[in-house]
Amino acid sequence: MSQESISSLSLKELHTGIHTGQFSVMEATDAYLDRIERLDGELNSFITVLRAQAQQQAQVIDQKIRQGELQGPLAGIPYALKDLFCTEGILTTCGSKMLANFVSPYDAHVTSQLKAAGGVLLGKNNMDEFAMGSSNENSAYGVVRNPWNTDCVPGGSSGGGAAAIAARLAPMVLGTDTGGSIRQPGSFCGVTGIKPTYGRISRYGMIAFASSLDQCGPMAVSAEDCAITLNVIAGFDERDSTSAQATVPDYTTTLNDSIHGLRIGLPKEFFAAGLDSQVATVIERAVKEFEQLGAVVKEVSLPNAHLAVPVYYVVAPAEASSNLSRFDGVRFGHRCEDPQDLTDLYKRSRWEGFGEEVKRRIMVGTYALSAGYYDAYYLKAQQVRRLIKQDFVDAFKEVDVIMGPSAPTTAFKIGEKADDPVAMYLADIYTIPTSLAGLPGMTFPIGFAADGLPVGMQLIGNYFQEARMLNIAHQYQLNSDWHLKLPARFA
Amino acid sequence: MEWETVIGLEIHAQLATNSKIFSGSSTAYGAEPNTQASLVDLGMPGVLPVLNKKAVEMAIRFGLAINATITPRSVFARKNYFYPDLPKGYQISQFELPVVAQGYLDIELDDGSSKRIGVTRAHLEEDAGKSLHEDFHGKTGIDLNRAGTPLLEIVSEPDLRSAKEAVAYMKKMHALVRYLGVCDGNMQEGSFRCDANVSVRKPGQPFGTRAEIKNLNSFRFIERAIHYEVERQIELLESGGKVIQETRLYDPDQGETRSMRSKEDANDYRYFPDPDLLPVEITATEIEAIRATLPELPTAKKQRFMQTYHLGSYEADALTSSSELGDYFERVAQGTQDAKLAANWLMGGLAALLNKHELEISAAPVAAETLTQLLNRIKDQTLSSTAAKDVLEALWQGEGSVDAIIEAKGLKQISDTSAIEAMLDEIIANNPSQVAEYRSGKDKLFAFFVGQAMRASKGKANPSTVNDILKQKLEG
Repeated sequence: MSQESISSLSLKELHTGIHTGQFSVMEATDAYLDRIERLDGELNSFITVLRAQAQQQAQVIDQKIRQGELQGPLAGIPYALKDLFCTEGILTTCGSKMLANFVSPYDAHVTSQLKAAGGVLLGKNNMDEFAMGSSNENSAYGVVRNPWNTDCVPGGSSGGGAAAIAARLAPMVLGTDTGGSIRQPGSFCGVTGIKPTYGRISRYGMIAFASSLDQCGPMAVSAEDCAITLNVIAGFDERDSTSAQATVPDYTTTLNDSIHGLRIGLPKEFFAAGLDSQVATVIERAVKEFEQLGAVVKEVSLPNAHLAVPVYYVVAPAEASSNLSRFDGVRFGHRCEDPQDLTDLYKRSRWEGFGEEVKRRIMVGTYALSAGYYDAYYLKAQQVRRLIKQDFVDAFKEVDVIMGPSAPTTAFKIGEKADDPVAMYLADIYTIPTSLAGLPGMTFPIGFAADGLPVGMQLIGNYFQEARMLNIAHQYQLNSDWHLKLPARFA
Repeated sequence: MEWETVIGLEIHAQLATNSKIFSGSSTAYGAEPNTQASLVDLGMPGVLPVLNKKAVEMAIRFGLAINATITPRSVFARKNYFYPDLPKGYQISQFELPVVAQGYLDIELDDGSSKRIGVTRAHLEEDAGKSLHEDFHGKTGIDLNRAGTPLLEIVSEPDLRSAKEAVAYMKKMHALVRYLGVCDGNMQEGSFRCDANVSVRKPGQPFGTRAEIKNLNSFRFIERAIHYEVERQIELLESGGKVIQETRLYDPDQGETRSMRSKEDANDYRYFPDPDLLPVEITATEIEAIRATLPELPTAKKQRFMQTYHLGSYEADALTSSSELGDYFERVAQGTQDAKLAANWLMGGLAALLNKHELEISAAPVAAETLTQLLNRIKDQTLSSTAAKDVLEALWQGEGSVDAIIEAKGLKQISDTSAIEAMLDEIIANNPSQVAEYRSGKDKLFAFFVGQAMRASKGKANPSTVNDILKQKLEG
């Protein structure tokens, strides 16, 4: 089979191809490695490409498959990881100069899960530094370009992974989502991605941005591919106290369940001022398509959703300011030249190692936790966070799932919002409420706006309802081909 | 008007868990630097803490022993500050909701009365690593073996009114945590240490400004440091000065406290609940299960010793200073049916040997059963008390069993009446002038005859038999 044909396959098809001997793991791996080599120069979606290691891994897995030792659904499947998942013996930069030299001594939980499942790690995806950003412009390793229009951003912070899927440089990647970092770039790049319920996947080995919000999730072409991946990475891990004990269902068995009678809630606050009219048009059309598939649509209200962005920009920076304290130049990461004394070591190492946005958030967070301001900022934000969560609890009394835009606009131009942090923050206005509530959210492509850029539908489920969400997106994808569209230049 | 001293202590007790509070690394003391530091202890990017349940159980155990409220839902918080031996840039501690709230401990005062000292709270936290300033030529070495060791910080109310009270409180706590098995109490290794908050005021006035003396790791240092600090503050105030709120260090070589940093330089720790850890939920059932495993505590044991064994307050206090000593005493008291004798030997001969060799009772080479045999040899008149001391020394040196040593050293006491009579007859016959003097009223000479008898028997004659027979013969 040709390399181009291989890169158009779903995970299931790849698995079948490998396990029926149509092509080897090595051939599949090479197909993607070659695409990366050929196409990523322009996109910059990878920080590290692991050609030699991936080929070596492919060889081993080919053998294991031949010997019948490996047969799971991800056996032989190439994939990539956002560069904040620790990978033993492999550079893990978190998109930062601070970790430019950091070779992780251990594997993250999800890294070892994918390794054990027989996946082949192609490389590490570019990202906004420490997962802080909505455009992937905050990377110490250069901006990532959107395959649909290389003048545009791919979204962020999992922008590298989203762009890689859109250009078929990997069939599946893992990203992370703190306030929308899977869903917003997924929407901008026209790919499918799911941020599961907080706690569904262990955070062990995921370099922390905001611990109470961070959650890992797969991004791929289809909901089915996400479901296959989620089966491997979800579940309790004793190394993460916040990981959930709840049983993990087989996410693939319910994909074909009927969505007839499904009650979809549309939060009126998500369709108010701020939503780009082109995006609104596409969303409204897709909602009608869901009605045609038998769903019942109802307006719901999330009255406190408008407070989500300010709440998030207190809570997330506060946690980040503490989480990033360990990058002090003492044990790992960037250390300044010739420190004069301890204070100098700290100040210069951190000043030189962190980028602008990271420093901005450390300062905001430090301020919000300071004596005399804690009650007014952090504590108040946590109280409002509970109100936001309660809005969802109330809404889910009336509907099964909530739908709306993943982002207020399509991908914007590189540089367009780079100097306006608040405008940038508003790119996550529809994804942040879900994150604050700890609810699962996903995005899947539902078409293109007049500017030719993809639009994603956000689907929000109740706690641990990932199976139902994947089922709903899958049913839509069975009846549409938006998710299979490929930017012409990367075909 | 006299000045009144006001002291509050913050005791740091290292919990006797095998592994660290948030990682599986060993807590054993004295390993090569950084050999007991896991990824979690190193604060590697991406690692997460997992609470050691044993540490929580020990904290609850302690809380129950001081009649404290156990917080049903306590929360770990991050205390943020930068220091090279603090790998994460924050210490995981408890702030607003500590696991142990409001309890108390009664201490004994010199006049025999007891005083109740309030314990505001006791919270769990992780220890930091150590900075090593020697041998690194202008740089600092970091040893993270200690990082993550579980600590229980026990905060008292400002109820202590003198250095003496502070030491009494500290000693009582020291005994308590060891009784409970929650801390090994090793002060030299830093397993049990305290910070003292000291201020002075005129009685009836509000509290004065306090200074905090850091890291006191011996009872003697606590007493001296507080004395010095109280004098310093009084002098300062009486000469028109002001005490400033600051952290001070005690220098045992100079016997003085020195300013370390003032309040203005103090960190803003930016406490907030640690999002990596769930709140610690403790049910009433769990609390009761732990309560059921509590040993007899020092105060109760002391009361029982005074009643059962008719010991005085001082002896009972000394013998209950550790549960091992109390157990040892009870075995000897029961084996000899003579609590007084057992108490005397434990606090006398045995205590002297323990002190000399700097050993705890649990490490004494003479077991309670052996001491019992020895004391029974005094009671059955085989040994004189003096000879018994020699036997104890020999037992300590491992020279054999009680009877074998008596035999080998020929220490068996002569109680045979006829042998003693014969010996005394000879002495009387050989000293006619002294006999005459005695009989004419010089009573003091009685001791001379006893001395002669002991010399003649090489100390082995039973002194009371000698006394009785000698009296008869001389009066006769």
